[in-house]
Amino acid sequence: MSSLAPQVEQPESRISRPDAPVITFENVEIAFDHPVLENISFHLPRGETKILLGAAGTGKTLILKLALGLLKPDAGRIIVLGQEVTQMREQDLFELRRNIGMVFQESALFDSLTVEENVAYRLIEETGRITDEIHARVLEALRFVELEQTVNLFPAELSGGMRRRVAIARAIITHPEILLYDSPTGGLDPVTSNTIIELVVKQRDVYQTSSLLVTHRLQDAFTMASHYFDRQENKMVPAVDGNVRDLHNKFLILRDGKIIFEGTAAELLRCTDPYIREYLS
Amino acid sequence: MPIFSPTEIAKEKVGAVQDYSLLAGRSLANIFAQPRYFADTLLQADSVGVGSLPIVILTGFFTGAVLALQTSSTLQQFGSLSLTGKLVSLSMVRELGPVLTGLMVAGRNATGMASELGSMKVSEQIDAMRAMGVDPTKKLVTPRVIASVVMMFFLSIISDLVGLAGGFVISYFLLGLDASQYWTTAYQALRFGDVFMGLGKPVVFGFIIASIGCFYGMSATGGTQGVGQATKQSMVAASVLLIVSDFFMTRLLMGFFQY
Repeated sequence: MSSLAPQVEQPESRISRPDAPVITFENVEIAFDHPVLENISFHLPRGETKILLGAAGTGKTLILKLALGLLKPDAGRIIVLGQEVTQMREQDLFELRRNIGMVFQESALFDSLTVEENVAYRLIEETGRITDEIHARVLEALRFVELEQTVNLFPAELSGGMRRRVAIARAIITHPEILLYDSPTGGLDPVTSNTIIELVVKQRDVYQTSSLLVTHRLQDAFTMASHYFDRQENKMVPAVDGNVRDLHNKFLILRDGKIIFEGTAAELLRCTDPYIREYLS
Repeated sequence: MPIFSPTEIAKEKVGAVQDYSLLAGRSLANIFAQPRYFADTLLQADSVGVGSLPIVILTGFFTGAVLALQTSSTLQQFGSLSLTGKLVSLSMVRELGPVLTGLMVAGRNATGMASELGSMKVSEQIDAMRAMGVDPTKKLVTPRVIASVVMMFFLSIISDLVGLAGGFVISYFLLGLDASQYWTTAYQALRFGDVFMGLGKPVVFGFIIASIGCFYGMSATGGTQGVGQATKQSMVAASVLLIVSDFFMTRLLMGFFQY
């Protein structure tokens, strides 16, 4: 199997074994007024992007929050970068979370800080101020999302799409081992959505970062499954020339808090489950 | 299904008290842990202290003035008008200065903290902070608690002073009392216990105001309506808790200083 994804050396894990999955869910359950997630088990191998699909309210975002340790499950185990987050104290989780980047649904940028301060937030926490090195890294991250010119603006001065791109820059600035995207294209127009997906694909193919991506938009999911980032052309291009490509993408479909499908795009398209057929149509 | 379950309500209240206690405890424990956010603390001190100064001065001045005005007729009946300074001084320093300053600061800052942190909570900014490995209680709560405690101490002193000044204006210009008589009786009336009570209470009030404001903000749910609800609840809870704690502290200190 040949991969046309750029051959970039994968960063060595700062915590877990290189061959171990970066995220493992084992029989995870959580309920609020009613059960929301039931018996969720899956793992995310290093370098893979798993796309979580499902109707609204099926618990997709919850999975991301559980992986980050922002919520604790009622039952089951969650292992992230070799550490069982379900058993960790909040204080210990802060250290682990420094290896994970998250792009929130509504960007969750700090509205009283400039774009530069938002993107550099983690680094400023370590040094206490914006040094020349941090400024250079901010510019590098903003260049990745093509928003260098917004460095001194406030989030309120940006469009919805630009805010998402800044959120991506904030998530990737420390080159995390895992990226969690919560509906990064939700509520955006198709052109902007495509720009965001191109950035996600670029991050996947250039840095080979392991990712969980929640989306409602099938189009985004299939774009990710059928495109790769061409570094020579510096853009996302379709993988349609007959070569077999491993784009490191898997789909995971949730229904009523349970996983009803896990597999590749091709397997998904061949699936005969009536609910999935209806969902895809 | 019952409309409400007393058990559920009781569980909810006990859970809220537990969450508040944990947050309040952590906010204090963080003072001794790294990292320390000096810049954030200074910013909050400016907001709580300097920002509250105008309302504290106005409230203190007119409280002192109205106290002198209201008590003058009664004191006059007993021929003790000369004790106006003593009465204003004791009332302001022991009770009204700290309590009214506390209520004013609670109205302005507990609500401000609840709405600010509540907005951050519902827009996932607090989650984003946690996701980036930053402890929101260290970054957001502890600086507000320190700033409120320190600033309440100084604001109460200012309130006491301007309250005495307010009482003096009424005593001198309306009641015709001698200036030195007013200030001498006001000064001589104060014992160590009075000053201790007047300076100890604001420290506790500052802690209550900030911890309650932050607690309601950090617990806000349900969008803008939830933020509004949290803001309202923070004002009510901080004010009630402040007055209740004032009673118990007064009783305790009166016993301690043998009043």
